[in-house]
Amino acid sequence: MNTITVGHRAGPRLLAGLSYYGPAGLPDHHRQHGPLPAVGRRLIDVVDAAGLTGRGGAGFPTGRKMRIVAGGRGSKVVVANGCEGEPASSKDRLLLTMLPHLVLDGLAAAAAAIGARDAYLCVHDHEASLLESLQAAVAARKDSVRIQVSGVPGRYVASEQSALVQYLNGGAAKPAFSPPRPQERGVRGLPTLVNNVETLAHLALIARYGDRWFRSAGLPAAPGTMLVTVGGAVRRPGVYEIELGTPVGEAVARAGGLAEQPQALLVGGYFGAWLPAGAAWPVPMTHAALKAAGGALGAGMVIALPASSCLLAETARIVRYLADEGAGQCGPCVFGLPALANAMADLAYHGGRGRAGRQLAALLPLVERRGACKHPDGVTQLIRSAVRVAARDAREHDVAGPCRGITREPLLPLPGEDL
Amino acid sequence: MRLRVNPIACTGHGMCAELLPELITLDPWGYPLLASEMVPQALAGHARRAADACPTLALLADDSFVAGPGVRHGRRHAG
Ligand SMILES: Cc1cc2nc3c(=O)[nH]c(=O)nc-3n(C[C@H](O)[C@H](O)[C@H](O)COP(=O)(O)O)c2cc1C
Ligand code: SF4
Ligand code: SF4
Repeated sequence: MNTITVGHRAGPRLLAGLSYYGPAGLPDHHRQHGPLPAVGRRLIDVVDAAGLTGRGGAGFPTGRKMRIVAGGRGSKVVVANGCEGEPASSKDRLLLTMLPHLVLDGLAAAAAAIGARDAYLCVHDHEASLLESLQAAVAARKDSVRIQVSGVPGRYVASEQSALVQYLNGGAAKPAFSPPRPQERGVRGLPTLVNNVETLAHLALIARYGDRWFRSAGLPAAPGTMLVTVGGAVRRPGVYEIELGTPVGEAVARAGGLAEQPQALLVGGYFGAWLPAGAAWPVPMTHAALKAAGGALGAGMVIALPASSCLLAETARIVRYLADEGAGQCGPCVFGLPALANAMADLAYHGGRGRAGRQLAALLPLVERRGACKHPDGVTQLIRSAVRVAARDAREHDVAGPCRGITREPLLPLPGEDL
Repeated sequence: MRLRVNPIACTGHGMCAELLPELITLDPWGYPLLASEMVPQALAGHARRAADACPTLALLADDSFVAGPGVRHGRRHAG
């Protein structure tokens, strides 16, 4: 995995302190950015003015969320979401391993702004060395907020915000029904701000350099930079920092360009959508533009699928994984996702004798918007995009059986496999 | 009035579909499908009874939601 930042208009921001020699310690971090200035409630106005949105997938305005939490009663809690449940994403891990103090600065700044005395930094509990290095990084600092590094189960839905909160409260790492949302009632019943670790890293820089600086990169309606993980059939797969609004094709170019003739791009990860490579190429990487193109920005993944792969088989494999990752709580998710996975597998591997397509079409609306969390909706969005982008393949598979592409080794990564 | 199902609490008893067939049908697995979240005034009493009859209190009838012009259906929530 490469982590290269080549020159671009704004220059790297988050990744400016990245060194090949190893993780940036506190002195390195201060040499790069200076110490974190004293911040208070006013930081929320600056974040609002900066237009920072969440980098964990949903793109919710960070300032607005901070204001909701800050307006709640009593003491507050901040949770940094560093679980990076998306198997194809590596950006949060890069920040946490190489630039931990950027994330911790953001956590401390958010806590000061909303009035929190306790903060949690959540990563997967099987990442022993990451847990250890983060604990050491916290110990090297003098924050007034008490930061606890917490290991949470490495399941896909365990890093949904209400699941994190429930787990930190001593319960199962499973999503909870809302309302109440963590913003209203979270850890120990207190108003809780949950933010992705990249969001917090941007916050650390906004606290130093201000909103005008933040807006000097990206688009007026989608300001700043973001980390993207580019993978699949590209020459230099890895994490890159781009300005929001950078065309998808340029993100691929940053990763050395295509290594093979593409068929489609998976943009936004397993919560995202397939787009035809040609159509996706000029689309600006913003939530609004990708949504309009039938996709999603998600947590910023772009994966190029070569023409010789089978898009339907790749999707069937991911859908099976996601179906197995459900929290087992909601009927439509418990019964619907395995049924969708079976129908996808029929379509991809067995040939549905013309039935699999109809079966999928009947199942999708029975699953959509019927879970306590968005997990099922992510799955249906992925399937809908697959049968849309590979419509002709889907018809041929359904009637005549699988194509030659299914003999190719799967490209999309799943946990426990090497990228 | 606005109806919601808490899918974590719902065990698929199907009682609600019997008491409020105008708005609730069951999916192939026995879980309720709402024709509409917004309950017409004429059905408010039935909806309330169905919510009260749900053995796991999974059917939620929210009176603070008054149907009419200007009601926002898709509120955007933080997160
Ligand atoms: C099934 C599911 C899994 C999620 N996994 C993650 C995750 O691994 N990391 C993350 O930052 N957000 C994840 N989220 C989003 C969080 O619920 C939450 O919105 C996010 O951490 C908020 O941070 P942000 O506003 O800074 O983006 C997930 C959401 C869902 C529905
Ligand atoms: S929708 Fe699925 S993943 Fe989400 S809470 Fe319900 S059972 Fe769990
Ligand atoms: S009566 Fe309650 S538990 Fe039974 S199906 Fe309806 S909502 Fe679910």
